[in-house]
Amino acid sequence: MTLHPLKDEELKTHFTITYKPEAKYSYTAGQAISNFLKGLKEGKILGRKCPKCGKVYVPPRMYCEECFCPTSSWTQVSDEGVVMTAVASFISWTRDRLEEPEIVGTIRLFPSTSRDYVYPGLFHRICCSYEEVKNMKIFGRRVKARWRPTEKRVGSIDDIECFEVI
Amino acid sequence: MRVNLKYRKVAAIGAGMTPFRRRFLETPQELAWEASRKALEEANLELKDIDCVVIGSAPDAFDGVHMKGEYLAHGSGGTGRPVSRVFVGGATGVMTAISAWYHVASGMCKKVLAVAEEKMSPGRPHPQAVFRYIWDPITEKPLNPNLIWIFAMEMHRYMHVNNVSKEEIALVSVKNKRNASVNPYAQLGGEITVDDVLRSEVLVWPVQLLDVSPVSDGAAAMVMVDGDVARRYTDTPVWIEGVGWTLDNTTWPNRELAYPRYLENAARMAYKMAGVERPQKEVDVVEPYDPFDYKELHHLEGLLLARKGEAPALLKEGFFDKDGDIPSSPSGGLLGVGNPIAAAGLMKVISIYWQLKGTADKMQVKRPVHTGVAQAWGDLMQASTVIVMRN
Ligand SMILES: [Zn+2]
Repeated sequence: MTLHPLKDEELKTHFTITYKPEAKYSYTAGQAISNFLKGLKEGKILGRKCPKCGKVYVPPRMYCEECFCPTSSWTQVSDEGVVMTAVASFISWTRDRLEEPEIVGTIRLFPSTSRDYVYPGLFHRICCSYEEVKNMKIFGRRVKARWRPTEKRVGSIDDIECFEVI
Repeated sequence: MRVNLKYRKVAAIGAGMTPFRRRFLETPQELAWEASRKALEEANLELKDIDCVVIGSAPDAFDGVHMKGEYLAHGSGGTGRPVSRVFVGGATGVMTAISAWYHVASGMCKKVLAVAEEKMSPGRPHPQAVFRYIWDPITEKPLNPNLIWIFAMEMHRYMHVNNVSKEEIALVSVKNKRNASVNPYAQLGGEITVDDVLRSEVLVWPVQLLDVSPVSDGAAAMVMVDGDVARRYTDTPVWIEGVGWTLDNTTWPNRELAYPRYLENAARMAYKMAGVERPQKEVDVVEPYDPFDYKELHHLEGLLLARKGEAPALLKEGFFDKDGDIPSSPSGGLLGVGNPIAAAGLMKVISIYWQLKGTADKMQVKRPVHTGVAQAWGDLMQASTVIVMRN
């Protein structure tokens, strides 16, 4: 059998069947994340603590994945932490070009130490310049959540506008 | 010391591939059939000789057809046979070979056909949008992430912790595209320079266009058989001597990204089974998974073929070149050959198989080879699969 790679233009000159799936979902946040979202609405970052190993899960979880026992208590962690990594995106999720880069990264929240392999943390936007990402100066900086005004919070990860250097 | 395991000995005796290209006219089933037919031909077997079939394919959403295992079954010789499909994200291709191995090793089957296929090009406007559904729907998706974000985050963390430059990482792309230039199956082989990589479109800093493997369609297949059967069909069987696979936690924002712990665990599992005690001394050729250039370095460290943070320096010295101490990605890897996800992973296993058999033609590495390793990786920077083979 001889195989035939096509050019992009060739697809345009032929009749093609295109289908857009109606794939819409109502996801449940579950027990742990529901309370976490309520916390965000109040300007708090909540975690769950494992009674056996002491690990604090942020975002929270109703069980410890290692001890496999129920996490036993809610604990509020700081809305401050350290930038572990940061990147500047010039493409959208559909791979369209962005004029201004969107800056995102991961933040290790306090209490935690630089020796921890696993820690309470969030993936979020970081309010800093492209330059600070490129020269890596943003790495290791202390940052704090910039909360949206109370009346604009809805109980979403988006209630935090971004993390900014303090 | 080799673990005393009571497995049946398993050998690979045939492999086949389609070229990797963007937008094949052929359907996924036709691609799977083409690769399967070639694998059977190389093994000197006919479909009627095959006891069972293992299929590997990544998320259904890429080809745009659900139940891809069943969909691909007739093109993979599955009709009327025990068929199963494995899926562990980007690590699927090597898992397909591992799954074929345990079907034979357990004594359940004597002759297994392993087939991996992916067609990345049907998604519109771009397969990137399909990745939207790999994220946590509540805590991550509202931030509109794309796939390249997380790998850019891992790459930047790796660069920061180990003080690695973009130039050092770009050398992987240069090497792999050069290796791919003599691979007849390759989509993007050629001579490029570090400057070409550094001048290419910035996608998500630090990731640029030439740091990334292309969008591809393709299929790959292998025949794995019981040791006693192997000796009847070939004088040059290639033995599967070690397998390993592990997963790390799924919450990547909650863990250190500079080092792939998940891979070290999988590698140790495979090395222990194969009796490899000093990987850097004993492994002769390696195909680490390289959908991004930094990933090859990251994985060489996780495979214990370089110390933490030292893979870039070894690469620069030529240690991983085709004529180096441990040639890495002699096929040209995903960066050069292409990245139809599951097929790309099995292509890595096939590359090592051909190297150990001595039939890699222009891709054959200079030094004599006895022990080879192939590896794949996937999901949210957490899954890894490793296979150790010997001739
Ligand atoms: Zn615990």
